[in-house]
Amino acid sequence: MQLHTLTLREASEMLATKQISSVELTQATLQRAHEIDPKIQSYVTLADDVALEQAKQADERIAKGKDLTPLTGIPFAMKDAISTRGVRTTCSSKILENYVPQYNATVTQKLADAGAVLIGKTNMDEFGMGSSCENSALFKTRNPWNLERVPGGSSGGAAASMAAGLCNFSIGEDTGGSVRMPAGFCNVTGIKPTYGRVSRYGLISLVSSFDCIGPMTRDVYDCATVLETIAGHDPQDSTTFNSPVPQYNQNLNKTVKGMTIGIPKEYFVSGMDAGVENAIQQAIRTYEKLGMKIQEVSLPHTQYALPVYYLLLFAEASSNLARFDGTRFGLSASENAKDVIDIYLQTRHEGFGDEVKRRIMLGAYALSAGYYDAYYLKAQKVRTLLRRDFELALSSVDILLAPTSPTTAFKLGEKTNNPLEMYLSDIYVVATNPAGVPALALPAGFSNNMPVGMQLIGKHLDEQTLFQVGHAYQQVTDWHKQNPVIGD
Amino acid sequence: MTNKIDTDMVKHVANLVRLGISEEEAQTFSGQFSSIIDYFNMLNEVDTENVPPASDTTNNTNVLREDVAEPSMSRVEFLDNAPQSERGYIKVPTVLGDES
Amino acid sequence: MTQYEPVIGLEIHAELQTRSKMFCSCSADYSNAPEPNTFICPVCTGLPGAMPVLNKKAIEQATLVGLSLNCSINEFNTFARKNYFYPDLPKGYQISQYDLPIASKGWLDILDDTDSPMRVVVRRVHLEEDTAKLAHEKNYALVDFNRAGVPLLEIVSEPDMRTVEAALSYATKIRAILRYLGVNSGDMEKGILRFEANVSVRPRGSSELRTRTEIKNLNSFRALTRASAYEIERQIKVYENGGEVVQETLGWDEAHGVTISQRGKEDAHDYRYFPEPDLPPLQLDRNWINSIKNQLPELPDAKNRRFMEQYELKRREASLLTAEKSLADYFEEVVSKSKSSAKTVHSWLTGEFMRYMNDSGQTLEDITLSAAQFAQLIDMVTDKSISGNSGKVVLNEMLNAKRNCDPSQIVKEKNLAQVSDTGFIQEAIEKILSDNPREVEQFLAGKETIVQWLMGQVARATKGKADPNIAKDLLVKTLEARRK
Repeated sequence: MQLHTLTLREASEMLATKQISSVELTQATLQRAHEIDPKIQSYVTLADDVALEQAKQADERIAKGKDLTPLTGIPFAMKDAISTRGVRTTCSSKILENYVPQYNATVTQKLADAGAVLIGKTNMDEFGMGSSCENSALFKTRNPWNLERVPGGSSGGAAASMAAGLCNFSIGEDTGGSVRMPAGFCNVTGIKPTYGRVSRYGLISLVSSFDCIGPMTRDVYDCATVLETIAGHDPQDSTTFNSPVPQYNQNLNKTVKGMTIGIPKEYFVSGMDAGVENAIQQAIRTYEKLGMKIQEVSLPHTQYALPVYYLLLFAEASSNLARFDGTRFGLSASENAKDVIDIYLQTRHEGFGDEVKRRIMLGAYALSAGYYDAYYLKAQKVRTLLRRDFELALSSVDILLAPTSPTTAFKLGEKTNNPLEMYLSDIYVVATNPAGVPALALPAGFSNNMPVGMQLIGKHLDEQTLFQVGHAYQQVTDWHKQNPVIGD
Repeated sequence: MTNKIDTDMVKHVANLVRLGISEEEAQTFSGQFSSIIDYFNMLNEVDTENVPPASDTTNNTNVLREDVAEPSMSRVEFLDNAPQSERGYIKVPTVLGDES
Repeated sequence: MTQYEPVIGLEIHAELQTRSKMFCSCSADYSNAPEPNTFICPVCTGLPGAMPVLNKKAIEQATLVGLSLNCSINEFNTFARKNYFYPDLPKGYQISQYDLPIASKGWLDILDDTDSPMRVVVRRVHLEEDTAKLAHEKNYALVDFNRAGVPLLEIVSEPDMRTVEAALSYATKIRAILRYLGVNSGDMEKGILRFEANVSVRPRGSSELRTRTEIKNLNSFRALTRASAYEIERQIKVYENGGEVVQETLGWDEAHGVTISQRGKEDAHDYRYFPEPDLPPLQLDRNWINSIKNQLPELPDAKNRRFMEQYELKRREASLLTAEKSLADYFEEVVSKSKSSAKTVHSWLTGEFMRYMNDSGQTLEDITLSAAQFAQLIDMVTDKSISGNSGKVVLNEMLNAKRNCDPSQIVKEKNLAQVSDTGFIQEAIEKILSDNPREVEQFLAGKETIVQWLMGQVARATKGKADPNIAKDLLVKTLEARRK
């Protein structure tokens, strides 16, 4: 039996019917991670002790048959931007390399309460700033489908750990495609929920108004299960919605016949790989066969999504990262600093990588006196137009369909010297975050043996329709069931 | 709008975010910034007359907490994470200039 | 000085005395924290991932202050981040309000240096969070986050004041109002209330606004007046010597009585404000604002007017009482329980009673004397059961006793009851006159003023109990009888 390719649902059934214990499943997962991960480098920290303790407790819960959830006893991986009490949380940055949070993020707590088992923390671009995971200040993660290629970013470790079978589900975070883009590169299912659907409390902020925590899983069913667990109002996060969380899986099998998919014409222009375009066209035909209507729609401000996204990211990040100053936690130049300004200058010089430095400096620029109106304020106004684009397009169709990237996973080092070119790889995924709408990434085939991802974009708080349409696709395709053969 | 970000401007914004920066770094960043800002200037094409700025997509308002005091977190753990502490305080290098 | 006119504006920082902090549930009562860094959590120490949640009470109190200063309450108001680095600011930004404060465009009427009424425009009232406390040691500094995140109200006036006295009058009145509202103790020593003064000077008769300086962290009325006066003189000297005043932030050196330039932070004054993405905006409801309005207590001015009318007091007399709500309340309670006139109660309260508080350094909160017993005592003097002097003795006894005690009991214990028994008084007079034949001779020779001295002897002999009117009558009659 191949434990590492089990879906969450399958693993949960095996635990419930006592075919396997959580400790056994956890041990097997940890053992595989210790064997395989040195090649992938998806984990920053493997939390063996915590995992085995949690597994033991899960087994006790299962034995008593009380308070069981679909996640009880299930091993999972957490992006290293989400605070875990007692387990190092680095954001893949030198500045937090040895930081151990003294409190749990709300999502961490919800998963612990549900009985899930934390295997470890996954690698990412430093503070989420990147599209390839190459900006991790700790090490580079490889794509399990081809070790010469990147897993995508910023939740690269989360996607790679899923694809390589080193956890049963994985928690990522999507600021501008950081779940969907690596999910596409690694043949994983993942969702960026509606902004405010999942609490950000304890998530180390990149862009407070874009950041969305979302699960990465083997299929849509699992994705819905995990989202249902972690979503909901949080009194500690004022930007969460107060509306109840639906039981997504109950309506998963509803027919999609008669529903309409919108194809944003601005997404299908030059720059897209032929292999990617073929896969997406094939997916569209699959949906047609399922009885869905296909309609071209327009998102006229699409070309401005990237500058809006990056400008606002730089601005908010420059402020969000100010707290890393070497005085209360994390890396500190306190030994050599002659005064307090010196501790800031030195700590931040040593602690931040080049991409982080670039972005916070440009953020300060966009917010500074004399430039605020031209950059920050202008971007916020165009953001309103982006949001209206989605509202208008989604008023005539049920969902939108688009690729997650113009290409499949690129080679390590291919784009590291040109920041702007790296930014362009996010072209299809960034617009949803300024608009706040949810989007589900699904495996959609292969091009030259590398996975192709597509995304379904939905209305505000309508994750249900995304799951329903995504699930319908996965009932008639098996791309999501493909697993990589890990090479050397 | 001038698109050139010279090294003085790079040093100025570096200082705003309290980032130590060498002369060479300032040179490198200056070149990169100019092309990135140049790209951002494409937003000037968009007519935003009468378009309000967005900053929040949830439309939440008046999210308030009752004024109830609750126990605080462990000081020991807080200070354990700190690079330097003394007598229950966080210790920092000497502070020049004013308060506030 | 005469050629120059000072232009002064004040920024008043008032901590709101809520139970919990502005954005987290830690106790805001930091001055009673047992140890440094004990009222802290991830939010107020700026730990990665922590998020702010607004304190409802702070919004209510800020609205109350805005309304009491005749401001319009901005139904839609938002929070913003003010970005700068300082070790007392854990997040690297302060959550404040910028372009949309909770209240703006108000006013406050005060009396200027010549006691003439004038109106100061209140530009804005906004909410923010207080910083941590920094203790500067020789080669390092220590940070205590207990104060970090305590709700802080900033009340900004227009530069409408033209004298230091007017600035003091405005500051005093704001303090009284905050205390009336019960949102701030007014304690300046502890920094619960602090001032910043913007000062410039211009040629008298000019209406230009010249370069101003900002004096920060003034922690007493004395510091406020001394620092402003010093700064006015300094700027005048600069102009007299043909110089220019430089716009800058100044500190006040209390020990040396001088303002000091603080250039350290000048380069960082680009605060890069932007809307706080972690906090949704406030959309205050009209009805809600009205319900807060209904909570407004009678404020010092209104109370003063009422006291003048209702108790027939002069403006100054009334304001002695209404400066502090607790004193005004105490006055009204004594009046209501006393048969004596309000004037009489006023003179007791502002006389012997306040003298006792000043001498002993006590506040009204320390006083245990009940209004009822104070009233009883005043009435005993009014109906001549005891003399005015005995009344003072009894009052001091009661105040010192630190417990509720019956004034008639003290009168009995101290044998202070006033005597109108003419036989007893006559006896005393006869003895005094026979003991002091020289003085009697002087009286008979025409020195009538000697009567005063003899009255003093009578008071001493009767231990102050003799009704002075009766005693004087008898004394004069007895002396006159000797003429014959």
